[in-house]
Amino acid sequence: MGTIRLDIVTVERELFSDDVDMVVAPGSEGVMGILSNHVPLLTSLNVGELVVHKKGQEDIIFAIGDGFMDVQPCHVTILADVAEQANEINMERAKAAHDKAEKAIASGSLSAGKLRRAEASLKRASLRMKVAEKYGK
Amino acid sequence: MASLREIRRRIKSVKNIAQVTQAMQMVAASRMKKAQEQALASRPYAERTFEILHHLADQSKSVKNLHPLLVERPVKNVGILLITADKGLAGAYNSNIIRATMRFNKSTKQPTAYITVGKKGFDLMNRFNNKVIADFVNYLPDRPGLIDIIPIAEMVMDSFLNGVVDEVYLAYTKFVNTVVQTPRVDRLLPFEPSEPFKITIEHESLQKKTLASVYEYEPDPETVLDVVLPRFIRSLVYQAVLESIASEHSARMVAMRNATDNAHELIDTLNLTYNRARQESITKEILDIVGGVEALGKN
Repeated sequence: MGTIRLDIVTVERELFSDDVDMVVAPGSEGVMGILSNHVPLLTSLNVGELVVHKKGQEDIIFAIGDGFMDVQPCHVTILADVAEQANEINMERAKAAHDKAEKAIASGSLSAGKLRRAEASLKRASLRMKVAEKYGK
Repeated sequence: MASLREIRRRIKSVKNIAQVTQAMQMVAASRMKKAQEQALASRPYAERTFEILHHLADQSKSVKNLHPLLVERPVKNVGILLITADKGLAGAYNSNIIRATMRFNKSTKQPTAYITVGKKGFDLMNRFNNKVIADFVNYLPDRPGLIDIIPIAEMVMDSFLNGVVDEVYLAYTKFVNTVVQTPRVDRLLPFEPSEPFKITIEHESLQKKTLASVYEYEPDPETVLDVVLPRFIRSLVYQAVLESIASEHSARMVAMRNATDNAHELIDTLNLTYNRARQESITKEILDIVGGVEALGKN
């Protein structure tokens, strides 16, 4: 089995770039595992966990927000709105964001646009917490 | 000739000014560095997204009809997203970009509506009674993240999609280096994917990657384009904001450095005047004494 190059890029920075064995990504049509020599594919991604397998190493877990993925036979590029490595997640911060968004939504006084944003940040924060709980230290 | 005390007071006040401008220069310098790094860090995303868009455009010749953000229509109203600073004291930074925008405005025949980021641009557009459809005044934090940009980008795309404007231009200041920043007005929407995009990406830096010609799309090309395109527009707005912020801080830094230099020069001149005046008064005193002694001796 050959390796495949994985780049994770967010709008704010380039997060990860390395040769890996397998990438498991939360595609919009379901979770998919990508090995090398995959058929060229372009897909949108959902909010979810991204798992990176590398032989002889512990799996690396990322929490990613919406985005999309470009798969080439030997190159995978993930362009995410937000992405964070599981052990980089600050639990307290995620919890604070979670509570704030929840409160904002519960108050019911938000405009449509703000409500959408609050819902998105709630979704992200709870994902962060989930990933951090599962894999974080 | 001013009195000694007056000169001394002026030296003191100029020294104070120099101290303040020097402090502002330091602050601007460190902010500039951070803003520059941020602007560079966000480039890969824009480049990759562009590659994919370009590819999607290649794939289907009818891509023009694939997404409303790509559709050209007769231009009745022009929209300009004007990015300026909230604060002044940044040399010619604000006036340069505003002047460039006004010049552009004159060259278009259609009525123009503005979306302004930054207080300076908003104030000026208001003063000239230009139509402002949305303003983001004192809105951006020091180091804006994507979260801060999304509302701006959405506002821009919505006003284009709702037909409020039929074309959107992006007026921002491109950061070249510490002393050179160029104001620019570039078209943002409708987006032209087949052209190498010049707003933020240097043409040469785009590697011509051989992307596979047969692609699978999940769920389908339209949906993928629907995901990719708004994100790309968003990243362009983000990039333009970061470039503008880096430009603002470097313009401010240079302006403050000039002010500090001028203050030091002024202090030197004042010191000279002060010393001359002091010497003069001493000479006068000595003359008085000598004259007095002589007068006494004659008696």
